[in-house]
Parts: sequence; C-alpha cells; structure tokens
Amino acid sequence: MTRHVEVDVAVVGAGPGGLAAIEALTRDRSPHSSTTHPGTIALIDDAPIVGGQIWRARDSRPARETDSYLDLLQHDQVDHLQETLIVDAASGSGESPVLFAVGPTGPVRIVARAIVLATGAMERFLPFPGWTLPGVVGAGGLQALIKGGFDVAGRRLVIAGSGPLLLAVADLARRCGAQVLCLTEQAERHSLLPFARAILVRPGKLWQGLGLGRRLLPVRKRFGTWPIRAVGDERLEHVVLRSSDGRESTVECDLLACGFGLVPRLSLPRLLGCQVEAVGDGALRVVVDDRQRTSVPGVYAIGEATGVGGVDKALVEGRVAGLDAAGKGVDARLMASRDRERRFADALEASFSLRDELRELPTSDTLVCRCEDVPWTELAAARCARDAKLNTRCGMGPCQARVCGPALAFLKGWVPESPRPPLFPTDLQTLTDLYQTETFSEQSPPSNQKVDRAAPV
Amino acid sequence: MPRASADVIVVGAGIVGAFCARALHDSGLDVLVVDGAPPGGGATAACMGHVVVMDDSEAQFALCRRSQLAWDALAGELPQSAEHDDCGTLWIAEDGPQMEAARAKHDYYEQRGVRSEILDARQLEDAEPELRPGLAGALRVPGDSVVYPPAVASWLLRDISVEVGTPAHRVDCDDRSARVRLDDGRSLVAGHVVVAAGVASLDLLDEELRAELPNASIRPRKGHLVITERAMGFCRHQLVELGYLASAHGDPSAPSVAFNLQPRKTGQMLVGSSRQLGTTSPAVEPDIVHQMLERAHHYLPDLGRLQAIRVWCGFRPSTDDHLPYVGPVPGHDRVLLAAGHEGLGITTAPGTAELIAHFVSETATTELEISAYRPSRHGVSRP
Repeated sequence: MTRHVEVDVAVVGAGPGGLAAIEALTRDRSPHSSTTHPGTIALIDDAPIVGGQIWRARDSRPARETDSYLDLLQHDQVDHLQETLIVDAASGSGESPVLFAVGPTGPVRIVARAIVLATGAMERFLPFPGWTLPGVVGAGGLQALIKGGFDVAGRRLVIAGSGPLLLAVADLARRCGAQVLCLTEQAERHSLLPFARAILVRPGKLWQGLGLGRRLLPVRKRFGTWPIRAVGDERLEHVVLRSSDGRESTVECDLLACGFGLVPRLSLPRLLGCQVEAVGDGALRVVVDDRQRTSVPGVYAIGEATGVGGVDKALVEGRVAGLDAAGKGVDARLMASRDRERRFADALEASFSLRDELRELPTSDTLVCRCEDVPWTELAAARCARDAKLNTRCGMGPCQARVCGPALAFLKGWVPESPRPPLFPTDLQTLTDLYQTETFSEQSPPSNQKVDRAAPV
Repeated sequence: MPRASADVIVVGAGIVGAFCARALHDSGLDVLVVDGAPPGGGATAACMGHVVVMDDSEAQFALCRRSQLAWDALAGELPQSAEHDDCGTLWIAEDGPQMEAARAKHDYYEQRGVRSEILDARQLEDAEPELRPGLAGALRVPGDSVVYPPAVASWLLRDISVEVGTPAHRVDCDDRSARVRLDDGRSLVAGHVVVAAGVASLDLLDEELRAELPNASIRPRKGHLVITERAMGFCRHQLVELGYLASAHGDPSAPSVAFNLQPRKTGQMLVGSSRQLGTTSPAVEPDIVHQMLERAHHYLPDLGRLQAIRVWCGFRPSTDDHLPYVGPVPGHDRVLLAAGHEGLGITTAPGTAELIAHFVSETATTELEISAYRPSRHGVSRP
C-alpha cells in the first residue's frame, strides 16, 4: 500500500548540501513542539546513511563529517526517508509539487509546499576502445566500491581522465594498499592555474590540497595525457595513453579507473520542469536565482545541480535554500560566501575543460550506449539526441541516457533529452499503486508515526 | 544552402508525411520534406505501431485493408530497425456478449477477404497462458502486424531531401504556386504542398484556405503508454480487449482506458491505452496511468512483476467522423491535407500516400473511393 507523506519542505539528497538545508530549516525550531511551529520536513535519499557520495566512510559507515548533523535527524519534525528512490515528480500550476518514490516498505507519495533538490553530481564517462572491458571502472565508481569494501590491496591501478576527483581516488586507493602506477590528467598543467589560484585563497581547501599533494608525491602524475585504448582478452591487461606531444605509452595494469569530470545529476530537476542551461563541454545545470529558487515555483536547487563546485558550495547553497524555504532572511555574509563558491565552480570548470582530441576517442565499433549496444558508427548520420534515439535506440534503455547522454553532449554537442518517468525501472504493480490518487489517510495509516501528524500546509 | 523550392513540399516528416513523400518521389517528382522535429519524432514516435484492420466504417476498413496489403508488400524490404513483426492481433472477449461481437467481427472480415479465426476459452489459454482464466475467447487476426514507425519514416525518406529543425509556420497558395513559410521567416515555393502535420495541420493553413473548411477540426486526443524491460515471450500477440472499441468510440468527452498490450520484437511489452480530449499538456497523468495499468492487470494478473522503464504521452489527431482528411483544400488544388488519422496513422499511411499521389501526380492511380476522405466533406456547402 502506498504511504502518503505531507510535509512543509522536502529535501531530496542527504549529501552535504541537503544536510545544510535541513540544518537551516530546523534552526530555531524546538525539536518537540510541532504545535507551535507547524510544518514538517522530509529528507529523502537513496542510501541507508546520510552523507551522500562524498561524506561516506569505509564499510558504509557514516563519515565523521556527518556527526554534527545526526542530531538534526532525531528532530521531531524531520522524517528521514532512507533507501528511498524518487521515480517520478509532478508540479502543477498552483498546486504543491508531488514526489513519487519507492522506499523499503513500498511506494511513497510525498506532497510538499517546497522542495530542495540536492541531487548532486555524477561521473562523465567518455567512450574509447576497450572502455567496457572488465577491469575498467569509473573513478568515482572505484571510490564507492572501495568504501563499500572492495579490496584493492596489491592491485596495479591506473587513474585517468580529468578533475580533482582523480586525486581523491588515488589517495584512497593508495591508503587501501593499491599500487597506483600513474595518474593522468587530460588538462595541461598550465591550464590548471585558475584552479590553483582559487585554492590558494581558500585556507580550508589549501590545507586539504597540501595534505593530498604530499601523500600523492610518490605517484607519477602526467598532465596533458589521456587514455586512448584499454586492451585485454577477457579483462583489462594494459592501457594505452597518449600525450599532447603525440607520444603514446603502454602501461600494464589490473584496473583502470577513469572519469572525465563530474556533471550535475539533473533527472529529477528536469522532470519537474526546472529550466536548465548549458555550461562548458555540453553539460547542463539548473538555473537558479540568488535564493536558489528554480524556474518552478516552490522548487529550489543547490550544490552540484546548479554547477559542479564541491562540498563548500553545496553547504552554503543548502543553507541559503533552507533559510529561504523557512521564510528566514539570508544575510550579506552568507551571500558573499555563496558568490565566492560560485566563482570557485567557474574556476574549476575553466581549468578542467575537456580538450578537443577527446572527441576522437571512440572508433567506429566503440559502444556508446551500453544499454542498447549502440556503436559509434551508427550515430554518424543522426542529427540530434532524439534522432539518434529513434533510429538507433541510443539512450532508449533502462538508464535513459544517464551514461551516454553527457558523453554525447560533449562529443556531438547534442542536448540530452529530458527524462521520462519512471527515473528508475519500477515494477508495474508498484507503479500502479504509486499512481493511485485517492486519499490514503484512512485506509492505510503511514508506518511512521512522526509523519502521521502531518501538519496542514 | 537549404533548398527554397521543389515540385512538392511535404510539411511533416511523420509516418504519413514520409509515405506521401516516398510515393511522390517514386512517381518522379522532386520532393522536399520539412519538419521541426527529426523524422518520426512526433505522434509517430509516441504511438504503438500496430498495423491493424479496423472496421468502424466501410471507408475506414477500405483504407486500412488497402494499406495493410501495402505494408505486407513492403515487409521484406524494411530494415531491421523497423522491428517488423507478424504477431497478429487477439481481440479478447470477456463474456458472452463480447464473444458475439467477436463473431460479428469475424463474419465482417470473412466477407471482405480478411483471414481471422475464433478461439474458444481453451484455445485462448493455449495461445496466451499469461491471460487470466475465465475469459470467453478471442478473435485472432493473424495478418495484423507491428512496426517501429520512426525507423520506417527515416527509411522511407532515405534519399529524399529533408529539412529538419525549423517548424513550418503558414501555408498559402495562389494560381501558380503554393508556399510554406517557416518559423525563421524563410519562404519555400512548390507546385503543391502536402500538409501532413498531424494535430497542427489545420492551424498551418492561412486564413483563406482555413475558411474553406469551416466544419473541419483535428483535435488532440491524448494517450499514455508504458514500456517494460525485456520480458521475451510474456505475450506473443498484440492483445486488445473488445471493450477497446467502446473506449475508442464511446463518449469522447470523458477520459477512457482500455487494455491493449503489444509484445515488441525486442522482447519488451508496450502497455496501453488511454484516450482524453480537452488537454494539450504533455505531462504524464498519474491517475490515468493508474487506471490504464489496473485495466491491464485485470487481464494479465502477473503483469505487475514486469519492470516499467518509461511512461510517456502523445496526441492522436482526431477528427469528428474518425476518418482522415486526405485530398485538396476545396477550391485550392495546390494545397492538400493528409492529416487527422487519429489512432490509425501508422496503419493507413500507405493508403493515404496512394491517394495523395493520385491527386498530385498525373501518372498515379488509386482504387480507393476518394470522396470519403476528401476534406471537402467538412467544407463550405456550395449549391
């Protein structure tokens, strides 16, 4: 049976940004007096613990960064919906937005006066020959695997692609016993200047960076270098790297962790109809005003969704959205620090901008869409993402172009199509229950007593 | 340089426009197709792709039958991407009265040379074991088939000039030529213009042309579909409840749903159907999908275990008499309509193209009775 949740504010995503929003929303609210402060808050996340991708310790334990937020989740007015996947959303004119989700106990409908989207980022993969071989993994994917308990001790690892995430992955892998043979960044060393400058004026990031730099001193780092081929019979045996001076080299390895930067995760914002705009390299981000409000009334977007900029940007934007959604003012200092974080995001994007040579990575038989097995050559005649989908099934599979969409946005300049519900494969019985419109309060009391008391909105 | 003229301009690269363009091209004319979306990107992509003989009226049957024979002739040539599948249709009868309707349908088909057979409850169970027990039987129409229409549209247009990306804005004509003005201000000139733009078709006509058809209307009739992950063999035929006819032709002002399930060649199941007038919102409506899926569960108790991967909507171009407008705008032979096919655009596109070629080209002929489809049936009554 479908659970019905009616709240004042729903925060989607329990990473740093979402937690900062929760903190701002619950500030000054007494934890146990919902009668004097009407309104409840829902925190919805697909993981069992808070922290998102970034604040996650090994063995799926909460990271210590989340400690200060854990008390908030005990707040009487906060309903933490764990392991809950949002599969559809609706925002009608004049009506409160609705989220359709599937949790551990089944379908959940969440009606909220306001929604804060803290949906984070995902890795961008670019297809190159051999990228689908066993042993080739995403850089962020490897990070998540290791945190989930995957043993890399003694494995020979090459880390390639672009962006600061590669450094964090190298550091984690080394600490867990992997032999990091080399780390290649496609950007030239000199093009990273804006990023370096932005780091220098941020003491927190500087110390973090210096620590990371020291620990990674023994790792061979190559700039202006990228993978062009992963080779192996049944699984990865070696990777061929090319540098901007034209030299090619072969590195034998067990694992290739590869990622070409992060891009905003926009399935849910786009499904809700939030206006998006293109940033560099074909990626899209949600357009927001100075209070993090999107083009859809009652819907806020924060953190990576509005432009990839890391934890600090997510924290400050989460705070701004939380305060505004709670009807509180946002002071000038907070606005100034948000502007600073946005500049950092811009510097990040400028520094790690993808080089043109990467558009020639795929060869004719390189698979681009792994769901539907569509090779590069079949896309040659297509005019746009939709044309490709209709004629080759590219992006038509269960992942709805989550992987090939951002790649083709860079490779071909195709704007990814807006997703359709359900955002994740959902069995038809669950979908049928989820889409039932009658009111549930009488026939199916919500399992969570805190939500039972849903205040009028 | 984009082209500015042709013998014939076809407005709309959907399945109807594509078949018309092909027929005109094959009769030796220089054809240019224009559309805002890529080929087959509108209702052609949103629909089921069921090639089915319907018998709502003699004119509808004739167009369906003629077209189905053309589809059959084409089947061997279609590319793999067209996903052509001779799965046939099962019209499912729940009870005695529906079984009577199945028999009547059988007789109608038999008199007109369309093969079909009655299945009793037992035979139906053997044919489709996933159907719930207790159904009365079915009518099997083995000649019906399924295609993936956007791929067919692209294939038909393969060697024809297609300009994609700029929608048409207005169509007009004088004694010497017909014109298409595009959204970007460009003007294209041709001997004839064929408007095959689905629900937008009548709105594209300029005032003078539109005034010739005061009683014509093409209303968007919204439909929802759900597609599942691969579940090869779950069902083998296109399954349609006989009550579908009541949904398709019942009170059009109220939303209705009917059970209609199609196995795709990929192994995926496509689940429909819904019909709504009076809305142009492209958003998926949860309560309609709920009703639609409930209806499907009513026939297939285990359907719920299949994984849905996408739900979407489209708009059927619906006319009041359930027949398309095919032929010239009265008094203006240079502008022709090929629009308003409601749920039969895929099935009847080849027959529509035959009619259009007959009107435009001096060499093309047709065996179809042209008057039933002429737009003039909803034109100004002239003494």
